[in-house]
Amino acid sequence: MWESIKEFASEFFVTGDPLIYGADVAIALTLVSIVFVLTYFKKWKWLWREWLTTVDHKRIGIMYIIASLLMLFRGGVDALLMRTQLVMPDNTFLTPEHYNQIFTTHGVIMILFMAMPLMFGLFNIAVPLQIGARDVAFPFLNALSFWLFFWGAMLFNVSFVIGGSPDAGWLAYPPLSEMSHSPGVGQDFYIWGIQISGIGSLMTGINFIVTILKMRAPGMTLMKMPMFTWSVLSSCVTIIFAFPILTVTLALLFIDRFFGAHFFTLDGGGNPMMYINLIWMWGHPEVYIVVLPAFGIFSEVVATFAKKRLFGYKSMVFALMSISVFSFFTWAHHFFTMGSGANVNAFFAVTTMAIAIPTGVKVFNWLFTMFRGKITFKTPMLWTIGFIPCFVVGGMTGVLLSVAPADFQFHNSYFLIAHFHQVLIGGVAFGYFAGLYYWWPKVFGFKLNEKIGKWAFWLWNIGFYICFMPQYVLGLMGMTRRVVTYGWDTGWWELNLTSTIGGFLMGIGFLFQVWQIMHSLKFMERDTTGDPWNGRTLEWSIPSPAPAYNFATVPVVDARDPWWAEKQQREAGRPAAPAAAYEPIHMPGNSGIPFIKSFCWFLAGFGLVFDWLWLAIPGLIGVGLCMLAHSFVYDNDYYIPADEVARAEAESRGAVG
Amino acid sequence: MSTHNMHAHAHASGAGALHGAGADAHGHHDGHHDLEELRTFGFWIFLITDCILFGTLFATYIVLRGNMNGGPTPHELFEMPGVIAETFILLTSSFTGGLAVLAMNRGLRGGLIGWLIVTALLGLSFITLEVTEFVKMVHEGATISTSAFLSGFYTLVGTHGLHVSIGIVWMAALILQLARRGITSVTRRKVNVISLYWHFLDVVWIFVFTIVYLMGVM
Repeated sequence: MWESIKEFASEFFVTGDPLIYGADVAIALTLVSIVFVLTYFKKWKWLWREWLTTVDHKRIGIMYIIASLLMLFRGGVDALLMRTQLVMPDNTFLTPEHYNQIFTTHGVIMILFMAMPLMFGLFNIAVPLQIGARDVAFPFLNALSFWLFFWGAMLFNVSFVIGGSPDAGWLAYPPLSEMSHSPGVGQDFYIWGIQISGIGSLMTGINFIVTILKMRAPGMTLMKMPMFTWSVLSSCVTIIFAFPILTVTLALLFIDRFFGAHFFTLDGGGNPMMYINLIWMWGHPEVYIVVLPAFGIFSEVVATFAKKRLFGYKSMVFALMSISVFSFFTWAHHFFTMGSGANVNAFFAVTTMAIAIPTGVKVFNWLFTMFRGKITFKTPMLWTIGFIPCFVVGGMTGVLLSVAPADFQFHNSYFLIAHFHQVLIGGVAFGYFAGLYYWWPKVFGFKLNEKIGKWAFWLWNIGFYICFMPQYVLGLMGMTRRVVTYGWDTGWWELNLTSTIGGFLMGIGFLFQVWQIMHSLKFMERDTTGDPWNGRTLEWSIPSPAPAYNFATVPVVDARDPWWAEKQQREAGRPAAPAAAYEPIHMPGNSGIPFIKSFCWFLAGFGLVFDWLWLAIPGLIGVGLCMLAHSFVYDNDYYIPADEVARAEAESRGAVG
Repeated sequence: MSTHNMHAHAHASGAGALHGAGADAHGHHDGHHDLEELRTFGFWIFLITDCILFGTLFATYIVLRGNMNGGPTPHELFEMPGVIAETFILLTSSFTGGLAVLAMNRGLRGGLIGWLIVTALLGLSFITLEVTEFVKMVHEGATISTSAFLSGFYTLVGTHGLHVSIGIVWMAALILQLARRGITSVTRRKVNVISLYWHFLDVVWIFVFTIVYLMGVM
């Protein structure tokens, strides 16, 4: 009995690595302290009522942001572990097996559990406020999306200490990810962690399309929408076409592993290249899904801090929407070396080059917006200005990679690694940081310290170039991706050492951001105006943080930058339109079902990972019961009475002015 | 269009507030009206994603259908009489689903529930036939791990069957709600949405029938 328990435990828990024992202790301590704090301060009920069951888009946005920053920490630690391993030749800091796990989890976490939720967090905090809506179209579904992401991410992360991490690369190419080559549970954690959170992403896509198309304030025609809202629309359109492909691809890989089917196996007539086609049919649009909203953020920030309307609004809209279409016709450029023939490669090379055109249009639009503007260099603007040269260089190396014959040389080298980190960090991460700094006062009601923020910006920006510029050269020198170490005779040492120094500079930049948040929490500089940046769009017309109902009276829009136009009118002395009388506001009620249902998915996923049907089947039944239970709920909504709205508005009026 | 829906909420509840907590039946109804339109629109977008899901499965099946791995061929395996029966049953269920919506539009709760029951029963017999077909094939040694062709076949056809099964459970839940609450703006939207879903599965089946079965035995 005792022996079998011991044997089970040694299989179940990851053993033998001091780094992981350290992590075990850290996780246990964190959990115990969270439970202790919640119990000591009697906050369990508060946690459940105010956060775990909330359907308020602003709170869901905050939860997305907190979770994604934690994931940024984990993904960043993974990156620094890799850079430490590569700091010198013949290093034995990490074993090859551990290194494989770390580059796999680094990629998955940064794209799917950091970039995606941070993006959804920004959608949630900004879009309803920008379009003058009181919530998203489907608040219940919105909460469900968040909790599916959360429990999916938990399932993926638990593999770190239980069962073992996946180690077949961030896209898990078969046959390596098949049972024949990866018999452990890591690959199943990968499948179910991503699958569960992917369903949430799909639903968010649907939710925001309906929100944007159907819930805009009266008068806000499509061509009067703020550019961030346009970028969210283009991103969500891409989501609804791309994510079902991911769902199917992961399901097929699971069917291969669980039922012994032959979709992607080497035997039985399977075709591994089919997987690689499918995963990139999702994967390529996915990188545009995460970068398009960043383009929207830059557009908002540039216009606000240059105090000019955005240059080339229509061409910007056209560029965003054409990218979301083009993004579906470039996937094969990820594997020109597959051998699909010159004509196929030529087609995908040309489409890839063509996608640089709308991107170039946008860069010129941002530059012309700044041209002769009165620019103030606040942190959101700094990230935007840092982004432009970085993304232009990253984009141009992308065009180099798109040249199919040349790609046979660049393929899977550090040149590629440097390219996509430059567009993903320089584009996506810088963009989301700009957005986070920009909307932070609106969300939390206080500003972040500018001085520490500038330190963080320069550390990130300088660290970035020191880290990744050497990698282009390393790639040309022949260093391929995913190598655990290299010899002294390669001549790669100095450049790798430089790259590692850059990586740690970015890590310090992240610590500065944490310090910045802590510092600003302590010396809280309240935003009493609701409009700290002299903004242009509707979210700046209401108090910070926004009240539960967002807008006391629904705004009527007749200009592209409605809040800016109204401020101009007020300055010109024209009286504002008489305020409409307050009316009771219809609000969606909280629900515990999203949390419980997503937890059931977690249990089902965990059961399927370990082939424990006794857990998987009840988990799936729980999911079904939650759906049925929700179907039978009628009238889970309430009204905020008009006099309560009036009272809340009067309280904040002094602040809003 | 519906950009004014939040206004509608406020107006609707304005009437309701005279009676206290916004419980006025008329006001409530109007407030829900736009919400229901929103939900129907959302469901159309969900159907787009389901289209892509089936499209991906069809593409995979078409790529792999020639890889028999020495196992049975579609020609040897498929028994068309059963498949044709399944097809007619599902097409008929789409028709009866349409009759249910017509009954609802005329305000006949009994007719609506009756036709939904007929639709669900037809769906159930479709599933029974499909499961019987699968069990028979497995007994003949044609399992999901026999060949890439069969992996693609079971997954594609099985995913359609899973959709139909979910639809049946959903329909049963809806029948209970209709019996309890009658035809309201909420239940009306739910019936419209499930009928969209059911017709969609019918269209998918036409493609399954053509690409998997007809092209398989040709």
